[in-house]
Amino acid sequence: MMNDFSTLIGGIAGDGINEAGGTIARLFNRLGFRIFMYYDYPSLIRGGHNFSVVRASKQNVGACKDQIDVLIALNQDTVEMHKWRLLDDSFVIYDADRVKADGIKQRSCGIPVTQILKEEGALPVMKNSCILGGFCQVVGIEWAVLKDVLLKHIPKKVEQNLRVARRGYDSAVEFCRIERASRSQDQLALPVMTGNQAICLGLIKAGLGAYVAYPMTPSSSLLDFMARLAPDFGLKVVHPENEIAVILMAQGFAYAGIKAAVGTSGGGFCLMTEGVSLAGMAENPVVIVMSQRTGPSTGLPTYTAQGDLHFVLNAGQGEFPRFVVSPGDAADAYYWSGIALNMAWKYQTPAFILSDKVTSESLYSLDLDAAGDVFEEEPLLWDGQGKYNRYSYTNTGVSPMAFPPQKGQVIKADSYVHDEFGITTEDPKIAKEMNDKRLQKGRSMAEDLDGYETVKVFGEETSKTALLCWGSNKGVCIEAARKFGLKAIQVLVLSPFPEAKLLQALEGVHRLIAVECNSTAQLARLVGFYGIKIHDRILKYDGRPFSLDDLQADLGRILG
Amino acid sequence: MNPKDLATYARNTWCPGCGNFSILNAMRAVLAELDGEGYPIENVVLVSGIGCHAKIVDYLNVNSFYSIHGRTLPVATAIKLANPDLKVICFSGDGDSLAEGLDHLVFAAKRNIDITIILHDNRVFGLTTGQYTPTSPKGFRGKSTPQGSDELPMNPAEIMLVCGATYIARGYTHGIDLLQRLFKEAIVHKGFSFVDVLQVCVSYFNMYEAYNKRTYEVKGNDTGSFEEAQRIIRSWNYDGGEAPIPLGKFYETDAPRLDQAFLDARPKDLERHARIKVLLENFI
Repeated sequence: MMNDFSTLIGGIAGDGINEAGGTIARLFNRLGFRIFMYYDYPSLIRGGHNFSVVRASKQNVGACKDQIDVLIALNQDTVEMHKWRLLDDSFVIYDADRVKADGIKQRSCGIPVTQILKEEGALPVMKNSCILGGFCQVVGIEWAVLKDVLLKHIPKKVEQNLRVARRGYDSAVEFCRIERASRSQDQLALPVMTGNQAICLGLIKAGLGAYVAYPMTPSSSLLDFMARLAPDFGLKVVHPENEIAVILMAQGFAYAGIKAAVGTSGGGFCLMTEGVSLAGMAENPVVIVMSQRTGPSTGLPTYTAQGDLHFVLNAGQGEFPRFVVSPGDAADAYYWSGIALNMAWKYQTPAFILSDKVTSESLYSLDLDAAGDVFEEEPLLWDGQGKYNRYSYTNTGVSPMAFPPQKGQVIKADSYVHDEFGITTEDPKIAKEMNDKRLQKGRSMAEDLDGYETVKVFGEETSKTALLCWGSNKGVCIEAARKFGLKAIQVLVLSPFPEAKLLQALEGVHRLIAVECNSTAQLARLVGFYGIKIHDRILKYDGRPFSLDDLQADLGRILG
Repeated sequence: MNPKDLATYARNTWCPGCGNFSILNAMRAVLAELDGEGYPIENVVLVSGIGCHAKIVDYLNVNSFYSIHGRTLPVATAIKLANPDLKVICFSGDGDSLAEGLDHLVFAAKRNIDITIILHDNRVFGLTTGQYTPTSPKGFRGKSTPQGSDELPMNPAEIMLVCGATYIARGYTHGIDLLQRLFKEAIVHKGFSFVDVLQVCVSYFNMYEAYNKRTYEVKGNDTGSFEEAQRIIRSWNYDGGEAPIPLGKFYETDAPRLDQAFLDARPKDLERHARIKVLLENFI
């Protein structure tokens, strides 16, 4: 339990459960643990049932377990809905003024939260500080650690929050004592960030100049974070009338030489697809963060899915190259978002960061040094010699870029089939040559990507059985693979498809099990194009991520 | 600069007698003139949608972004935000900006972004061979409305006025002097400028006779008055009937603009790296 500790806090929307989970995550982070927090909430603003599960482990984690060590209940629903997760030696901490814990066999500690708030004249939202004070006492986290976290992360009324937290702390009793995960320098406290925040930082690091988006869960926090960072990083952040304007604005920025990204989820991306095709034809670099949620249509707005892989691979009329990467955690998100921006500009084509609710909104310990550094790469720029042709033919298919104003030169972008200068044409020879030029860029990009770790192998490398995953199932697959002695293969880049790298990862594998959060095994279908056979499929499509227990149960069944 | 220098090698494919020739000629003359008056031609970016109007960017040897149907303004807005020194001019059609892309027109006016839109308002879909548009008169018999359209037309100038455009005018493709004057005013105007051009489609909606008879230029009007502009704009509602059709400048005012809201101060790679490190401290 001390190596791997799970805490669930639940209440109603408006209780600040996401923030409370974040505080718990930071407490464990300060003790040197690695963090994964999944936040579950319905699509409403007040009421309903929200909960955060914070898993703290001595190793990197990217998934939750069903069982929890501590249940923190701000309301009765939380107890009723989650008591099945309790182990014999779990603890329950609850608001004694609101929750009856009569039926709970496990050790429990009631904190008179409502009464304390009343006596301190505190706001209702401060109940989190109060009950987290109680939590720290119960699990033996020193008051100084909590005080430090609250001082740093509570935006308003810090003194009152601290008083309320201290009274919660004092009114509880210690049931156990969480030891620091490590005192060594190699397990320092790390930034605890969401995947969306990591995406923002990766893009900014690689030279992002503008972010354009229309809000849509689970991509909205990208827009919020970019807008917050805008003054410090000189970003132009625009929230226009709809997603059609979004994808077109990004290309206006690109035409003028500003590196732009957009963010959306499936429904918004549907509106963007004509613009994606424009980017393909006019060779406008654009990064599209597509964070998946459960579909079709409005679906489950606040829940996860991996149902849009083939949509993103094929969106937009006509044929043109695209870069698609699906990060599996915040570290992947940081590094590969930067690479995506560089790919978009080096090959003047759309680049997708295919995320999902879990990667986008979960909290992770983010170790930038381990994530890999990413730098801004200059696109191929015009050398200023002779007459400028926006779409000049080259061996790589990549035409040098220039941005207005250029004295004595004209820069023409065109959505029609066009000649090298950018004038519309219906000439069959040029139509074919320009198509070949665009496809050549895709081949050049694929060669470039040979230098990157586009497929990653984890777990037991010599195992004859492998799990095949993409996106947010990375964490759960790595962990399950370790338990079962299997290999886990994560396909990061999905276009251009890293066929050779995947075949290399599959050497010695006789049985391949696809693990996906969709109902039709979309990655399995994709690798099938390359003659790779999937023997078993473990699919989950109820909007919730695989817990470690879910996947282990399925694997146990399949592997006998 | 000679306007002829702004021609390209592209073969012109407009129908003989098309009103678009007047817009092309007027714009060429205005851009050549402005080049010598502190608006260098390399700072001009043209953005067009899709339709007969849009071919104009192939015929002008000027920076351009030939966009997709209905989507001139988002592209133009971002170009202007990226570099406020650029003069950005959109060419759009009534199908393009009033049907497919009306949302962008409304928002561009609301933002008062410093760009110009020339609406080639021929009141018919030409390139798709003759369907009704938002400014076709009620009863218009097009290919999609063979029994006559049941809808009343919309008045784009009125929409622009209430949405916050700060320059609104109407020209006619017979009358190149007025057209040039309006184009120049609109381009020089600081803010969102909208020029509705009654551009005759000789093949599918030839209105030369009606327009020649009914158009007149408003003179001496108080262009700073919202109420007066509204009265003039409402005096003709694009429907059939015999109402006189006002041309000229209807409205011009000064208002805060979106392109003033952005400052570009992007830190260099090393500085970005340092700021990211500082930021990350806040997440521990």
